[in-house]
Amino acid sequence: MASITIRDVKKSYAKMQVVHGVDLDIASGEFVVILGPSGCGKSTLLRMIAGLEDISGGEIAIDGTVVNKLEPRERGCAMVFQNYALYPHMSVAQNIGYSLKVAGVPAAERTQRIQAVARTLELEHLLDRKPMALSGGQRQRVAMGRAMIREPKVFLFDEPLSNLDAKLRVQMRSEIRKLHRRLNATSVFVTHDQVEAMTLADRLVVMNGGRVEQVGTPAEIYSRPASRFVATFVGAPAMNILEGTVELDGLSLLGGSRHLTMARAGLPVGTKVAMGIRPEAVRLVAPGTAGALNATVDLVEELGAGRVIYVDLDGASFSVMTSEAVHPEPGSAVGLKISPDDLHFFSSDTGTRLEVFKASVPEPAL
Amino acid sequence: MVERTPFLNFFTHVILFVGFVLCIAPFAVVAIAASHNLKDVNDVPMSLLPGSDFWLNIKTAWTTADLGPKLLNSFIMAAGVAAGKVIISALTAFSIVYFRYPGRTFIFWLIFVTLMLPLEVRIVPTYAVVANVLSPYQAILDVTGLSWLIEKVSGVQVSLSLGLLNSYSGLILPLIATATGTFLYRQFFLTVPDELTEAARMDGAGALRFFVDILLPLSRNNMAALGTIMFLWAWNQYLWPLLITTDQSHATAVTELKQLIPNVGGIPEWNIAMAGTLIVMLPPLIVVVLMQRWFVRGLIATEK
Repeated sequence: MASITIRDVKKSYAKMQVVHGVDLDIASGEFVVILGPSGCGKSTLLRMIAGLEDISGGEIAIDGTVVNKLEPRERGCAMVFQNYALYPHMSVAQNIGYSLKVAGVPAAERTQRIQAVARTLELEHLLDRKPMALSGGQRQRVAMGRAMIREPKVFLFDEPLSNLDAKLRVQMRSEIRKLHRRLNATSVFVTHDQVEAMTLADRLVVMNGGRVEQVGTPAEIYSRPASRFVATFVGAPAMNILEGTVELDGLSLLGGSRHLTMARAGLPVGTKVAMGIRPEAVRLVAPGTAGALNATVDLVEELGAGRVIYVDLDGASFSVMTSEAVHPEPGSAVGLKISPDDLHFFSSDTGTRLEVFKASVPEPAL
Repeated sequence: MVERTPFLNFFTHVILFVGFVLCIAPFAVVAIAASHNLKDVNDVPMSLLPGSDFWLNIKTAWTTADLGPKLLNSFIMAAGVAAGKVIISALTAFSIVYFRYPGRTFIFWLIFVTLMLPLEVRIVPTYAVVANVLSPYQAILDVTGLSWLIEKVSGVQVSLSLGLLNSYSGLILPLIATATGTFLYRQFFLTVPDELTEAARMDGAGALRFFVDILLPLSRNNMAALGTIMFLWAWNQYLWPLLITTDQSHATAVTELKQLIPNVGGIPEWNIAMAGTLIVMLPPLIVVVLMQRWFVRGLIATEK
């Protein structure tokens, strides 16, 4: 168990900078998930913690010791790779025990520890098999076993579930979570899958373009996204964003076709803002209901438990998620009811959250 | 593409059969000639029905050319070349693929260029070096004036000399240093996923450990393929062994075959010569049959 401190860490390849000064504190025993789209630098950051990539600038410390110059084996990290990276010519037992063999642990103790790990992961009957003869989920478990046996200070996961089918992914997700609860080892888990991120994380780090956008619990990130990027990246379907301009008595939306009355909260008239609302926060009502927006249905996506209804709002596409048993026909008119508490505002220029607005929103008269 | 085309099937089988006959015919003639007696083998045309003197001819060839020790020499040379080549190729390719150091690409191309310089092209300088391995160093000392200096100071005349003529090292070493194997290994190492290297680093394995524990076992098939090819290639070498073995004790079986070939005006014992050829052909054949399974896999398959 160990804490990880990341201070202004940068990474450049030749002339391209891919990580721009990341600061992050990970407490001992915490399960941190780094979430972001492909190419956002999340894997690079993980690999820098592991020691597989050189650190171009800044400092990474594990348990207070700066590890910038240490070899991977000296850092006390274990890593689970996306493609598992099992040694194809070794049996499951040899794969799991390889690090102990390298470390010169006597054969008897090695066998004993391999047995213990195999018991935990229910791999006992597979110990003599080669990786080629294993299913995806079993390979995944062997990769976990290989990481566990070293009793590392830190577990690093590099998108380990992305090669599994949907059902197995859900199962492995809960297994990883259970395992973490039992071992209580500091874990850093990288993924681009937001469901994985939300379900696994004690704390979530959302990255974009080599920068940290927001750090917080999954609930915080969902309910108070710090930027427009986080707002649209976390949550499915994505948050609806309507561009608007600050006016004397509120907000002009959709190029002036709709108006939202509210206090101006110190923002100068003419400031461009983006208003966000989650599809699941919108309620469908009969068209023409007082205080509701009128829109036309474009498309209905049936999800079984609920449905996503895409509507046309003066030319802008807008999605609504509902669990009610309503099935509006495409082309029919619907009313959309929105509660002011569910509105999010972001600066159009920088994309950062504008907190001042939210507090002062009265009943919107759309 | 799988098609049901009876006519094409027949046609392709005819081509296969013709090819097979073309390949096997010379061997058949050798084997039949080796079974005739002196009179029958010199009949024109030679009878294509086997004669009855096969084992007698084999025995005569064996004793006349003293093939026992020669086969042993050939075997030592071929095995030495195959083993040396596998080891040196794996090591050089490992260095080129897995380490970043200045001049890496330059060194790779330097090795690669030797592909264009077969043994026959560099045979004179190679002979000079093998005749005295230290001669290049002697040359350096002479050119720089160091040998003159040493002679002036100590009164000792510097003449470095280490000859490898008529030795197994002389037979084997110059044949080891070529680029084919390095190239084959480089291509194989490039297909090994990076994650495997990284997993080994995380598991605490250093470079040599990774090489021995992971890379070598993974390249077993390549080793078998390269080893087989090199064994055959070295076994069939003629010019080099002929040049550097002036003494019978290190002569190889292939060069000794000429002892069996009748001289102009001598007794035309072609049956004995053919029997000797059969004996010399046998060991490479056995190697190919034994290694075939690995050999083919190493050349075509990438085991995932």
